[in-house]
Amino acid sequence: MPPKKKSHAAVEVDDVGMEVDAVSEDDSEEEARRKTKNRRAKAQRKPKRVSDDEEEEEEEDEAPKRKARKKKRKPQDSDEEEDEEDNRSVKSKSSKASRKKAAKEESDEESEDDKKKKKNGGKAVSKKGKEEQNDKKKGNAKGSGGKNKGGEKDKKKKNGNSSSSSDDDEESMSEGEMAALKEEVEEKKKLIATLRNKPWRMQRRLIQLKEAQEFVEKFEGALGKGKGRKWYAYKVMMTKKLIKFKRDFENFKTACIPWERKIKEVESHFGSSVASYFIFLRWMYGLNLVLFGFMFGLVVLPEILMGLPYGSLPRKTVPREEQATAMDYAVLFDFNGYCKYSFLFYGFYNSDRMIGVLKFRLPLSYLLVGVGIFGYSLMVVIRTMARNANEGGDGAEEGQFTFSWKMFTSWDYLIGNPETADNKYASITTSFKESIVDEQENQKDENIHLRRFLRVLANFLILCSLGGSGFLIYFVVKRSQDFAERDNDELSWFEKNEVEFVMSLLGLVCPPLFETIAELEDYHPRIALKWQLGRIFALFLGNLYTFLFALFDEVTAKLEKEKSIKNETIWALNAYYANYSSFYNTTDVPPPDVHPADVIRGPCWETGVGIEFVKLIVSDMQVTYLTILIGDFVRAVIVRFLNYCWCWDLEAGFPSYGEFDISGNVLGLIFNQGMIWMGAFYAPGLVGLNVLRLLTSMYYQCWAVMSCNVPHERVFKASRSNNFYMGLLLLVLFLSLLPVVYTIMTLPPSFDCGPFSGQEKMYDVVMETIENDLPSFIGNIFTYATNPGLIMPAVLLMVLAIYYLNAVSKGYQQANLDLKRKMQMARDEEKNRRNNKDSTNQVMKDLEALLPNKSLIPPPTEEDELEVPDVVVEKSSKSPKIKPGAVANGKGVNLQKEVSLAASNPRGPVTRAPGPRGGNARGPQPGPEKGRGRSAR
Amino acid sequence: FFIISCHCTDNVAMSLQDCTYFTRKEILRLFYRYRDLAPQLVPLDYTNHPDVKLPYELIGSMPELKDNPFRQRIAEVFSDDGEGNMTLDDFLDMFSVLSEMAPRDLKAYYAFKIYDFNNDDFICKSDLEKTLNKLTRNELTEDEVRMVCEKVIDEADLDNDGRLSLEDFQHMIVRAPEFLRYSSGNLLFTI
Repeated sequence: MPPKKKSHAAVEVDDVGMEVDAVSEDDSEEEARRKTKNRRAKAQRKPKRVSDDEEEEEEEDEAPKRKARKKKRKPQDSDEEEDEEDNRSVKSKSSKASRKKAAKEESDEESEDDKKKKKNGGKAVSKKGKEEQNDKKKGNAKGSGGKNKGGEKDKKKKNGNSSSSSDDDEESMSEGEMAALKEEVEEKKKLIATLRNKPWRMQRRLIQLKEAQEFVEKFEGALGKGKGRKWYAYKVMMTKKLIKFKRDFENFKTACIPWERKIKEVESHFGSSVASYFIFLRWMYGLNLVLFGFMFGLVVLPEILMGLPYGSLPRKTVPREEQATAMDYAVLFDFNGYCKYSFLFYGFYNSDRMIGVLKFRLPLSYLLVGVGIFGYSLMVVIRTMARNANEGGDGAEEGQFTFSWKMFTSWDYLIGNPETADNKYASITTSFKESIVDEQENQKDENIHLRRFLRVLANFLILCSLGGSGFLIYFVVKRSQDFAERDNDELSWFEKNEVEFVMSLLGLVCPPLFETIAELEDYHPRIALKWQLGRIFALFLGNLYTFLFALFDEVTAKLEKEKSIKNETIWALNAYYANYSSFYNTTDVPPPDVHPADVIRGPCWETGVGIEFVKLIVSDMQVTYLTILIGDFVRAVIVRFLNYCWCWDLEAGFPSYGEFDISGNVLGLIFNQGMIWMGAFYAPGLVGLNVLRLLTSMYYQCWAVMSCNVPHERVFKASRSNNFYMGLLLLVLFLSLLPVVYTIMTLPPSFDCGPFSGQEKMYDVVMETIENDLPSFIGNIFTYATNPGLIMPAVLLMVLAIYYLNAVSKGYQQANLDLKRKMQMARDEEKNRRNNKDSTNQVMKDLEALLPNKSLIPPPTEEDELEVPDVVVEKSSKSPKIKPGAVANGKGVNLQKEVSLAASNPRGPVTRAPGPRGGNARGPQPGPEKGRGRSAR
Repeated sequence: FFIISCHCTDNVAMSLQDCTYFTRKEILRLFYRYRDLAPQLVPLDYTNHPDVKLPYELIGSMPELKDNPFRQRIAEVFSDDGEGNMTLDDFLDMFSVLSEMAPRDLKAYYAFKIYDFNNDDFICKSDLEKTLNKLTRNELTEDEVRMVCEKVIDEADLDNDGRLSLEDFQHMIVRAPEFLRYSSGNLLFTI
């Protein structure tokens, strides 16, 4: 019987060898087999023989149900047996045993009743006798911990003998007994199956296993011997394979994420805030890769493969006067010469409606890709933001056990090489420091008024400097327009480059200034970073828009120039036609035979804009890389090596090593992306260039950070969602969308270059396609769809939807907050109640210990598990009250949370393992301890 | 030679299979690994349970353990004598519990034992400090260590006795995201 077996602690049976078992196995097995046969035969015969035995069958059905119930309970049983000390384990086991026995007795009693009604008394008596025997054995096992195994064996044998002897006449084997036996066998099998889940020493497990196996061998009957075992083994194997596969797949997935290890390494030394920049960079790289795919696959490649080759058209040929210098390095570096007339820029693309055998509509594709880049980026950015927001921002659910989890689950037991281990140590330390900073921030209590005043002051100062710089930019730009009207020669170098100079000066001075002012505010570094980002963003916006205005001035100038050239060309062409036809007197005029390099051409403002953007990106890249090289690397080298011969400590003192500038780098990345978005339409090659830039930047900055920078003074945790970065990016995306859409919708494209040459407006390509290539009803649909009468209601509907969704989300937020508060409350309450329970229970326990006849105690109102340690009580009074407790325990830990949330079930919080609690309760002086715990609340 | 050793360990392996999460093959592989740690000490024949123990120095130098800050504790917890000297059974037991097949409850139980440095069945402040110092290689200051330990107790101690019982520990750790994922290496070896 399982309880008996379990009650045997490991030490008791140490001295028993395996040979004994082996010897005893042979005959017992034979017996078992014989018995099995008997029983099977009987089981088959029975229904035919007795017609009114249906209730018995029902009972037989009941047995498996009970088993099932037990099975459910079983896993938790293993939880209960966590203690190591033998006597304690004996206690818990015996308590469990008694519980099980109670359950079993119940079933036996039921069956007995049936039996008594239906069968003759003799059988019942014999069975009863057996049951008594069983009970006695249980009692023995429980009572005498030190009983040796030999005795046990004898007993079992006797049991086997008696049962088999009673089996000799088939009628005497009762159904109830069989059910019980079956149940036991099942128990044993269960034990064998779950043996590995028990936290016992191997020795003890082996012995238990042996006993259980023997028992099963002996009594296994109708259950299909050995079949389940193989199936089980197969199942285990499959689970194992599945888990392994899952692990491998997970690892594979991680391995597929580029630079994961690099970023982890940075994170382990510099904290998640610095790592967040690199994660952002990686994300950006992914985005640009997709954009590059669109641009290259749908625009650049078709034109190169199927379009006309270089030199076939004026737009694809370097003009005659430039050809001499077209290959010079300086010219190429300015993206003039051959670069200007290559696929990198807008002007290269031909305006043929379809090209190649595929009839690829290049102009249409160009326009759609140009707009699609924005559409895709918008979608991705917004989706990422939404997903980040869903993830719960700054750790909504992790708040409860931050430190505990860090402490107990952060080490990776799979680490097997010293370098990884070093990184892990560093990362654990860093993450602890991050959490400590957060925690300190929470605990800070300070003079609120002073802090508020300082914050207002700081914001005022920063607003002043932002306004000042804005005015300065405005002033300088205005002046530069004045300068532009004057002659180029009489301007000094400074006057020519004033705008750029002021811009870079502002960019250089303002961020550190803001940072200094931000010291006043004394925010948490994470929040300070956000403020800093926002402020520098505002500063840079001026930068961006100055650049844009300058560009628009240039474009309008070029447009005018183009107009005159266009007129001239048309005029010249007409003249040529007129001359030709009058000269040869024919209307069939061949086109003028001019070499493409000699054709008069317009300025092609689109290519000009593209070149501006590309130049900007390249110079930005140069500046960034040089800054890193000088500002970080050279500085680090100087600090490191000059420190040996310097009068003060360079490493700790003034220059020291640089910190990684998160805000500057993030904003650099964001604005760079803005340039790409704006420029991609005019320079399809820009996206490819940017992909290269991001790629090199990843490696270069990772190297720089790891080799030349030191972690921030207060390593802080990045907010888990990068939504602030994303928000800035979205803003920049929107800002860069405006000028591009404006040019597409309003400015006329150049007449002699680019895919839209010859059109009034760029979007005419779409109209043309709709009219010519699509069935007419689609054109109708478009006409209707663009009707203001339809657009207005649509906009109205959208506004309403936004309003509604906003209201809903507010409601959810509120509910979320309430739930969080409730959870916190429930947790506190649980703590409270636990203490109270413990103390009252302590009193109860003391009382119980004093009472002589414990079985007289009625089932206590405050229940079960806390009492289980009181072995004496449990053992002598095999009270059925344990069952509910067992059920409550059976649901185990998972239930506990729900229960505590519900906070109405008094039984909820007391699901605890009996062992340690018993130890606690029986500790030297438990009373005062509990009292203290209670008073502390 | 190989066949003989296989045969000799066969009986043992069969029953060990039921006590661990390993297949027969894996058990044999582990046995050879165990034996390779000290070929002169461990006999090939395990039919009559020779009383062989490998000292902690050998166990702790295994690649699975040698970089683990808790290697000594792990060895101590799984060894019969509590000193880190392991018999083959202990060895198998350790690998079994730390294998990916072991259920979380079991792992949590042993994790508790591992972090309970002074074996008093509670994780008290000194245990926490030891754990923390081992995890961070003493990089944190006294104040920080104290603060972290207080926070841990504050978070996880449900009965307010100033220390973590097994139940507190389990309650806390089964909710840990890292502990739930199979892919993470938390309390996990592979063989």
